Amino acid sequence: MRLAGRIVRTLVAALALPTVLLALWWVLTADSESYYLPPLSEILADVDDVWLRSDRLSVDVAPSLLRLTGGFLLAVLLGVALGVAIGSSRRLRAFCEPVLEFLRAIPPPVLVPVLMLFAGIGDAMKVLVIVSGCLWPILLNTVEGVRAVDEVLVETSRCYGVRGPARLWHLVVRSASPQIVTGMRQGLSIGIILMVISEMFAASNGLGFSIIQFQRTFAVTEMWTGILLLGLLGFLLATLMRLFERHVLNWYFGLRQAQRGGSR
Amino acid sequence: MSAMSQTRTEAGTRTEALLDVRAVRKVYEGQGRSVEAVRDLTFSVARGDLVCVVGPSGAGKTTLLKCIAGLLAPTAGEVVLDGEPVDGPPPGMAVVFQEYGRSLFPWMTVRKNVELPLKQKKLPKARRAELVHQALSAVGLDDVHGAYPWQLSGGMQQRVAIARAIAYEPHILLMDEPFAAVDAQTRADLEDLVRSLWQRLGVTTLFVTHDIDEAVYLGQRVLVLSSSPTVVLDDVTIDLPAQRDQLTTRASTRFTELRGHVFAQIQRAKRHSGASVAG
Repeated sequence: MRLAGRIVRTLVAALALPTVLLALWWVLTADSESYYLPPLSEILADVDDVWLRSDRLSVDVAPSLLRLTGGFLLAVLLGVALGVAIGSSRRLRAFCEPVLEFLRAIPPPVLVPVLMLFAGIGDAMKVLVIVSGCLWPILLNTVEGVRAVDEVLVETSRCYGVRGPARLWHLVVRSASPQIVTGMRQGLSIGIILMVISEMFAASNGLGFSIIQFQRTFAVTEMWTGILLLGLLGFLLATLMRLFERHVLNWYFGLRQAQRGGSR
Repeated sequence: MSAMSQTRTEAGTRTEALLDVRAVRKVYEGQGRSVEAVRDLTFSVARGDLVCVVGPSGAGKTTLLKCIAGLLAPTAGEVVLDGEPVDGPPPGMAVVFQEYGRSLFPWMTVRKNVELPLKQKKLPKARRAELVHQALSAVGLDDVHGAYPWQLSGGMQQRVAIARAIAYEPHILLMDEPFAAVDAQTRADLEDLVRSLWQRLGVTTLFVTHDIDEAVYLGQRVLVLSSSPTVVLDDVTIDLPAQRDQLTTRASTRFTELRGHVFAQIQRAKRHSGASVAG
């Protein structure tokens, strides 16, 4: 019951400002004559036609989401694996860090033309573009997290024979998990951007592709519905991410609260 | 050396030395300068004994303990546990650290914390559950199995660390100033807990502390260390009765005498490092 109450309160707090903004949009565009800025009422009326009563959910939205999920998960896997390796070894870190900083500084969208040369214009290219952007925050945050593993815990693990895979999981990854999750959150928002961008270059389906297609055919109202849908999607994914964070880092928030409140 | 450990048994159990620290020396090599933390330490701990190591702060107590635990390699000399030279954390050893808040896994419940080392020992599930239950019950924490360490008070967290150590069923238990960071009341309770666990389980215990009263109250023997670079200044047999309690034992004349003796040694230790004492 208390949990349900908390969720309702969180929802209300989260939805208040969007509601106000949408209301403003509604009122300000209510008698808009501009072709490029149709009234919100028309846009919303179109959502149903454009997205729900067509096969666009399965033809465009689903492939986009699949590519995003695939790219994001791949980036998490790679980022955590490489981050644990690099973070655990000072030599490897000194060796890799300049290169990582360089690679991280390259804006992933410029990689799209390059990746197209190697991976074609199919799903593989788009997934790679997403990976190339999501990877860096996850990797670099993981490195930081692994470096900060508590020395006493390391010694405790050694004394009690916690080594090998158990050490990696119970000690290294778990203690770096707050940083890893921070990296994942940053990576996800980059991933959503890249999901759209990768579909703007060369694609035959996808959310980004649809929006560009609407824009090019002057289907402005439809274009606006796509943008709204994209925003909603981003919001949903961020919420999912937050739920994941709450679940995985429950201990961390509790620990921090206990430390702030002094020893109980 | 061996003669000393032969005579050092009160209960008449087996008299061989479980732990032998032989001429251990530890020098930390820094950039351009080296610090000799431990000069020359030699002592042994008999099986089943409870030995306290006491010395002024900065006496290299933690260095010594880490050498014994196999966490640090001594520069010279060797540590022999149960006939085997120590060159890494030995399997039959459990350690309780001073920093209880950093030695328990904050992402694991109390039960999981105690169970993890047992999993690493590949004990079957039923046996693990049994050991975890017994250990937590032995330290008086029957009802916090599902709690996280940070939900507990400092004293309770250190109890969990002790439970983890005894559930591991070690041959030897090392404790590195385990109660230095808890309040006096809790400290007294935990001292009695350690005494009673030692009496019940008979596990050989090496207890490092800077607190003279604590060392005399707990130990069968107290080793007094000098300032750094460290040597053993004195080896005091504590001939207090086996049944001790905070009120009467601490008020007894013998306790006061022993305490005074160790205190005088520590005062001497503060003035002299191993360099001057050995010479």
